[in-house]
Amino acid sequence: MQIFHPSTNTLSKFSILGGLFIIAALGWALAGVNRSPYVTQSKIAKEQPVQFSHKHHAGDCGIDCRYCHTSVETSSFAGIPPTRTCMNCHSQLWATSPYLEPVRESFRTGKSLEWVRVNDLPDFVYFNHSIHIHKGVGCDTCHGKVNQMPLMWQDASLAMEWCLNCHRHPEKYVRDRKEVFNMNYNPPPDQNQKGREIVKEYRIRSFTDCSTCHR
Amino acid sequence: MSNIREINPELKNKLDTASGPQYWRSLQEIAGSEEFQEYLHREFPENASEWIDPVSRRNFLKIMGASLALAGLTACTKQPEEKIVPYVRQPEELIPGRPLFYATAMTIGGYANGLLMENQMGRPIKAEGNPDHPASLGATDVFGQASILSMYDPDRSQSTTNIGNISSWTEFFQILNLRMKIEKQRPSPGSGFRLLTETITSPSLANQIRELLKTLPGAKWHQYESLNRDNAMEGARLAFGEPVETLYKLDQADVVLSLDADFMSHNPGHLRYIRDFISRRKVRSGADNSKMSRLYVLESTPSITGAVSDHRLPLRSTHILEFAKAIAAGLGIGGSSTYSHPWVAPLVRDLQAHKGASIVIAGEYQPPELHAIAHAINGALGNNGKTVIYTDPVAAEVVNQQNSLRQLITDMHSGTVDTLVILGGNPVYNAPSDFNVADALSKVSLRIHLSMDHNETSNLCHWHIPETHFLESWGDARAFDGTVSLIQPLIAPLYEGSKSAYEIIAALNGISATKPHDMVHDYWKSQTSQADFERFWEKALHDGVVPNTASAVKNVTAKTNFTGYTAGPKEDSSFELIVRPDYNTYDGRFANNGWLQELPRPLTKITWDNVALISPTAAKKLELENEDVVELKLNNHAVKAPVWIMPGQAENSVTIHLGYGRKLAGHVGNNVGFNAYQLHTSNSTWNTPGLSVTKVSGHYPLSTTQEHHVMEGRDIVRSHSLEEYLKHPHEKEHEELTSLYPPYEYKGYAWGMAIDLNSCVGCNACVVACVAENNIPVVGKSEVKRGREMHWIRIDRYFEGSMDAPRIHHQPVPCMQCENAPCELVCPVNATNHSSEGLNDMVYNRCVGTRYCSNNCPYKVRRFNFFLYSDLKTPSIQLGRNPDVTVRTRGVMEKCTYCVQRINQARIDSEKEDRKIKDGEIVTACQQACPAEAIVFGDINDKESKVSKLKADQLNYALLEELNTKPRTTYLANVRNLNPEITTKAQNEH
Repeated sequence: MQIFHPSTNTLSKFSILGGLFIIAALGWALAGVNRSPYVTQSKIAKEQPVQFSHKHHAGDCGIDCRYCHTSVETSSFAGIPPTRTCMNCHSQLWATSPYLEPVRESFRTGKSLEWVRVNDLPDFVYFNHSIHIHKGVGCDTCHGKVNQMPLMWQDASLAMEWCLNCHRHPEKYVRDRKEVFNMNYNPPPDQNQKGREIVKEYRIRSFTDCSTCHR
Repeated sequence: MSNIREINPELKNKLDTASGPQYWRSLQEIAGSEEFQEYLHREFPENASEWIDPVSRRNFLKIMGASLALAGLTACTKQPEEKIVPYVRQPEELIPGRPLFYATAMTIGGYANGLLMENQMGRPIKAEGNPDHPASLGATDVFGQASILSMYDPDRSQSTTNIGNISSWTEFFQILNLRMKIEKQRPSPGSGFRLLTETITSPSLANQIRELLKTLPGAKWHQYESLNRDNAMEGARLAFGEPVETLYKLDQADVVLSLDADFMSHNPGHLRYIRDFISRRKVRSGADNSKMSRLYVLESTPSITGAVSDHRLPLRSTHILEFAKAIAAGLGIGGSSTYSHPWVAPLVRDLQAHKGASIVIAGEYQPPELHAIAHAINGALGNNGKTVIYTDPVAAEVVNQQNSLRQLITDMHSGTVDTLVILGGNPVYNAPSDFNVADALSKVSLRIHLSMDHNETSNLCHWHIPETHFLESWGDARAFDGTVSLIQPLIAPLYEGSKSAYEIIAALNGISATKPHDMVHDYWKSQTSQADFERFWEKALHDGVVPNTASAVKNVTAKTNFTGYTAGPKEDSSFELIVRPDYNTYDGRFANNGWLQELPRPLTKITWDNVALISPTAAKKLELENEDVVELKLNNHAVKAPVWIMPGQAENSVTIHLGYGRKLAGHVGNNVGFNAYQLHTSNSTWNTPGLSVTKVSGHYPLSTTQEHHVMEGRDIVRSHSLEEYLKHPHEKEHEELTSLYPPYEYKGYAWGMAIDLNSCVGCNACVVACVAENNIPVVGKSEVKRGREMHWIRIDRYFEGSMDAPRIHHQPVPCMQCENAPCELVCPVNATNHSSEGLNDMVYNRCVGTRYCSNNCPYKVRRFNFFLYSDLKTPSIQLGRNPDVTVRTRGVMEKCTYCVQRINQARIDSEKEDRKIKDGEIVTACQQACPAEAIVFGDINDKESKVSKLKADQLNYALLEELNTKPRTTYLANVRNLNPEITTKAQNEH
């Protein structure tokens, strides 16, 4: 006597396939979650002790990035300005604005402002700003259109695959050194062609060795 | 461990009958016992690699289930929020993320050694030698490297205490002021006041003390430290009638005879001496190698100087004086000698053949008479003014420190001392035990101790004032040749309320608030006639040395009459006790430094303990084995000590090292080892006959790295005699081996390293430098016992030849960075792979801890974090970390990276200037520390680089090249300049 009806064969085939499908779907979902802003924190504006607007300073006022981020061309770290840099202007402009009280307080008491880090790489990743600037990687290539951000957010995912996209194909992203700090730069239509020339001219040897970033 | 008693004859036979050099690492190895074989074939000792707790299948599944679930979840962890805290007013010269270097100096025994400290965002993180400093020339010793950890030591005392209760400087100052008023009103002002310091070479501090004593004519200044220079200074008094400093020009000496002098570690000029000595030992193809110098060492206990010597004679310490007299007699001075030894005649001939180009050095721990004889011999050989020069003493005030302390103790007992101020030091722990300092202290009504830690002496004083570390305060000090260095702070004192000696002396003068900076600055202003003093001061600070302050050469003639010079009773049968400073804890002051405690001693490779070193012959006679416990008894004082059998130890000499058995050192150093000071009395010298050694019951486990990672009997360390080398200058060549994998072409840089075994003295500076640079954790004694030490570079020690007088070799072994790396192929997660410049990269964040790589590594250079060894909690420890290197956590494999952080920085710097990296621009941490310049790193694709030239040298060889791993680190074989007269004699004797 037959216990299972022949149709169960089809059913079992479907359930095996279904199982595979569920596993694949789970994997896909996991990869999706992993790349989502929920995990990467990208595109999420961060609350800061002072509601500093890059849109206003870098965009409307047109202040150069390097006025505040002084060590971006010389060091791994771009530098967060000391309170004194803020006070250069704000001892005169908006000198009594309540929004700027934390800044004035810091300057009075000598206690630092504590900013929340927006672009935060894991501690086992060692990124160096100065070499990227030197090789023609624009600020907005990684940081996005900062001059349009009222509150700062992390623009890219900062995931390793995102780093590798550029390290494997730098010609798609690099630009003339003169344009690095230009926030309104638009890549030329023949970027790939121009990019290849720049890669050659700047001797860009973007490493994909592990020890380039991990050590 | 195996039984040494039983295998001795067989072993001796094995070594005697074998032809050609025979290398071995430990007694167990030549014994070839079964136990040892098993130990060796395991990657880690038994139980080290297993999960000791019983794990049932069910438990296993439970744990695995949980970790699988976690593995899924970890991918989704969000990073915790981080803060950026910028300056309010940023210092002008500081660039965030880039280090600044400041010159300063560290003193040991009062003598300065110049340092260049790396400062990251206001935190000192790494010590390097100051290339402009005459004692350093860019090199550092283990103490300099470990000074960082001493500063960040969480056990440092953090507040002023009065009889154990927390108090304040103001309160202390009031009490002191009252007391000093009383002292000043005495008929002889200050007659109840005593100052006890360690050796002071600082001109400004000495000046301040002298000024103070002028106001207190009845007061006395005593100096004591246990590792003082009494013998050398008394020896000079015997020979010249006045104390003088003796300096050696080892780079100009063809023949050097050391009479128990470990001048490569226990001498104020040790780093410079290593550099100078080794400069005459660099055997290179194409160069005139016949100019290589020759070193003879007579010593009772193996030292690092003995280990690099060409001829080393284990000799009972009390015989060394007689031997020296025989040499003197051979040279026609000091009368005749009845002492006979087969080495005397050849030595005399060799010295005579190199008049004016030889040096005889007497050991710091040998009696003054031997120093006087050495001076006379140098005089007779015409070395004075050429290879040996004399200067005025460097110390501000030369006193016989033992007598100075004895006088103080007598005064304390007689009740004349009312106020005692002790600046630094720890006399309760390190004074001769018969002085009974604790007892004498109780007679003093006000006792004040300035110290970095609340130690044994602080515990018996009314007031304890925390002292600033040398990286936290201003000062000055003189080097072995007299050169003055300014000591400038790298950081504000970590603990508010810590004071420097300057501030205490000022307080004694009634001044509450002083700035040590001003004291030093103003002193030098008064001393120099520079028109623009500020410019002079800035330059001296920048360079780390005050120009033209080296001592002037002094013309003195040694007397050659040795009447009355004896070394005590002349008998051979009793045991003699040899007391020596420890290579790592010195006199005990570094006992709480984990880096130094875990550092294997250069010759025994023992960590975390001191032992009684006994010769193989004596061990056989007394039926002792390693780790047995003996009672050592001398003049009614006794200690119990674990036994360690030391090949090359003189037959009846037993050596113990100071610096252990501390009770109040801190969490790291408390109750580690035994206190050798208990046997060190004022009437015993450093070498005393009449010791009784009795075996007592018990077994004391020791943690040694000597048998870890043995590379069984292969061609690992290579050594030749100079004669042999000049005849056949080629290393054995291996046939070109083929690989299954296609060859890879390294187009850009190709990093490589060459280590000259002939230069390495085994001082361990590289190991501590690596620990400091690469955030390597301390694992503790029990973990070392399991073979889990984390050092990325180790120094293997090999013995060659007989057990009684073996030749000793050192071999530093970092990761070989194999081109065909066996570790890379077996990693299941691709956590270790090859870089385009030939580095064997290790990616910690990928590593899942299978340990396959370590298993497959033929050199055993990979280290695994079995537990969370890195201290992630103690705040002060976090400050001292190198921010350029990841701090590893549990379950991660790690290893030498050729200091890839330094390579990357140099590459970025060169790219920004659109140029290639210059040869010598990248210096690895181990290379930078090395006083002997034994390690050379660079680009092997550049045929003109220093490293390429060394790799092309005839002496160059690779470790285990038969495996075709193509290591990027290669070695230059050892060459010894043997005296044929002595070698033939030794052979005839057998």
